[in-house]
Amino acid sequence: MGGLLEAIVDILSSESTYINGALFAAFLAFAASGELVAERAGTLNISVEAMLLTGAFTAAVGYHVTESFPLALLLGVVGGMIIAGVQAEMSHRLSADQFVVGLTLNILVLGLTGFLDNEIEPETKLAGRWDIPLLSDIPLVGQALFGQRWPFYLLYVLVPFTWWLLFRTRWGLEIRSVGENPQSADVSGIDVNKRRRQSIYYAGATSGLGGAFLIFGQIGLFEDSIVGGRGFIAIAAVIFGGWTLRGTIAGCIIFAGALSFRLSVQGLGYEVNSELLQSLPFLVTLIGMAIFAHRVRAPRALAQPFVRGLK
Amino acid sequence: MSGTASGPRVGEWVVLYVVSVLAALVLSAILVQATGGQWRPVVNALLDGSIRNPGRIGETLGTAAPMLLVAIGTIISSKAGLINIGQEGQLFVGAAFATYFGFLIGGPGALNVVLILIFGAIGGALWAGVAAVLKYWRNVPEVLSTLLLVTVGGQLVAYGLSQSWLLLAPLADRGNRNQVSSQLAEGNRLPRLEISGNEIPFAVFLGIGLAIVVSLALSRTVWGFMLRMLGRNPRAAQRSGVAQTKYGATAIMLSGAFAGLAGAAMLAGGGFAFGNYQLVPGFSTNIGWTGLLVALVAREKALVAIPVAFVFAGLRTGSSFVGATGVEGRITDVIQGFLVLALLVPPAVMFLRDRKRARDAATERT
Repeated sequence: MGGLLEAIVDILSSESTYINGALFAAFLAFAASGELVAERAGTLNISVEAMLLTGAFTAAVGYHVTESFPLALLLGVVGGMIIAGVQAEMSHRLSADQFVVGLTLNILVLGLTGFLDNEIEPETKLAGRWDIPLLSDIPLVGQALFGQRWPFYLLYVLVPFTWWLLFRTRWGLEIRSVGENPQSADVSGIDVNKRRRQSIYYAGATSGLGGAFLIFGQIGLFEDSIVGGRGFIAIAAVIFGGWTLRGTIAGCIIFAGALSFRLSVQGLGYEVNSELLQSLPFLVTLIGMAIFAHRVRAPRALAQPFVRGLK
Repeated sequence: MSGTASGPRVGEWVVLYVVSVLAALVLSAILVQATGGQWRPVVNALLDGSIRNPGRIGETLGTAAPMLLVAIGTIISSKAGLINIGQEGQLFVGAAFATYFGFLIGGPGALNVVLILIFGAIGGALWAGVAAVLKYWRNVPEVLSTLLLVTVGGQLVAYGLSQSWLLLAPLADRGNRNQVSSQLAEGNRLPRLEISGNEIPFAVFLGIGLAIVVSLALSRTVWGFMLRMLGRNPRAAQRSGVAQTKYGATAIMLSGAFAGLAGAAMLAGGGFAFGNYQLVPGFSTNIGWTGLLVALVAREKALVAIPVAFVFAGLRTGSSFVGATGVEGRITDVIQGFLVLALLVPPAVMFLRDRKRARDAATERT
């Protein structure tokens, strides 16, 4: 047991644990902050996975073509929003089941990006590293929070913006009202399905940005396996966080901790069975939801389609 | 509101479906052309690989069988209004159970084959049961838990395959390969029926038989009625005495059982698609996902799932021939995705049209 304790102390005192943790958390938080808005509007998009992957792919192709990071990031956003468009229009303009559409999109995008990746083979690289003076010198977490590649810092803008948008604007109030009681919202003159579509477009934009961040801020090249189910962890983070922004970000950090722990254990040379370790983030996510999911109150109309006159 | 399925309505359905499917196919063809390929050879290769070349129909049927089994299970859970999307993991865990207990019990003969199938179903049901427990005890949405359990299940089985006290074959049986189980003995494999050069695995008949049974059970029994009531209106079901936990958990576990059965059938059936009667990492090879898509396209009708499974299996067996045309075989994943998406459109459009018609009729009357 002494060895185990020593290993945990070793992992927790290693700077790379925090740097990786911050990268993983940021990736999840890009997607989760958008998904939070979408879920507060009463939709549940399992196509987040597809949005992230498409965003990563279009960003990679964007850089390959334009060699400009800002343009590539923008293309990542567009990619995410294209998937959001299919999800939103099919399930909240037409009335196809949102889970069916989301699932199909995930599988379609996996095949499509894999196919196109082999045809195009986009060349990409990491964006430049920005060290924030003074802050990045904080021991242990300084480099993790303030010494990353610049797309990372977009998150510091996105999260407060999401909070403002959802909780301080009329639009945000309407979003929350269609998620709680779409019938009342409808009667008071809000176009329920229009607000829902908009919320999904927002999720698509932030997830697309998250995908682009993954390429330019963390990995540096595209593969069809780079998202690897983490879109679902982002959705779990929203539920884990009880549909609040603070809780969602906390969920992202905890789940990212499990992802980073896994890397550090191997990186520091400890012998742990790699299969069991790989399922750790998913186990932590499941256990986290099992502990917290029943204590929080979900948006009352979550995952219930709205058709006027049908209840 | 349901409308009579006659006259112009049938025409509308047909037109909508034809247009959607054509759009999906044309989009796929454009993609092939745009990436420097030719669509005609791809179509030919797909047809050769799936039905035209000798023996390929048997392969396609054999590939369709586990997809069909997965789809039947999915239909049961979605009738109850539950969204189980973890079939890929349930199938893999089921196959692992079948392997472990198949060797534990040992012994030749038909009885052991049946036991292998049953243990596969139990394994799948238990793995889906985890999601049921999480849902009804801890309120975790089954959409997410079943999905996260796919990865966990995959890694657990991979762990089992690395441990000789669980699934790993003894050194003499595996040469220098890692992470493989022993091969099922000759007498423990599912039989095949030979019809005009095609070897048709037993699982095909099992699948079709079960599709009929489930279709009848859902439409003609009290149990099926209660399940459907739970799916259509949980509150009304609760009021009229359908215990949500009991029926819901049963539905999820049954759908897991069918996925597990598919896994066991793949193990004991072997053949072109599913290897050498032994368990390896990645054994499930997306059959669970594809089976799920089959169920979605079949729109909760077990009998419709039979031809749909055949078409999707054809895309899969055909894809191995596509490589020779210079177009990547993964194009079939894309075609499949476009097709599924296209098939979602007509029902959604018709639903809205029906509602509009009903509204117009109501305003006319007043």
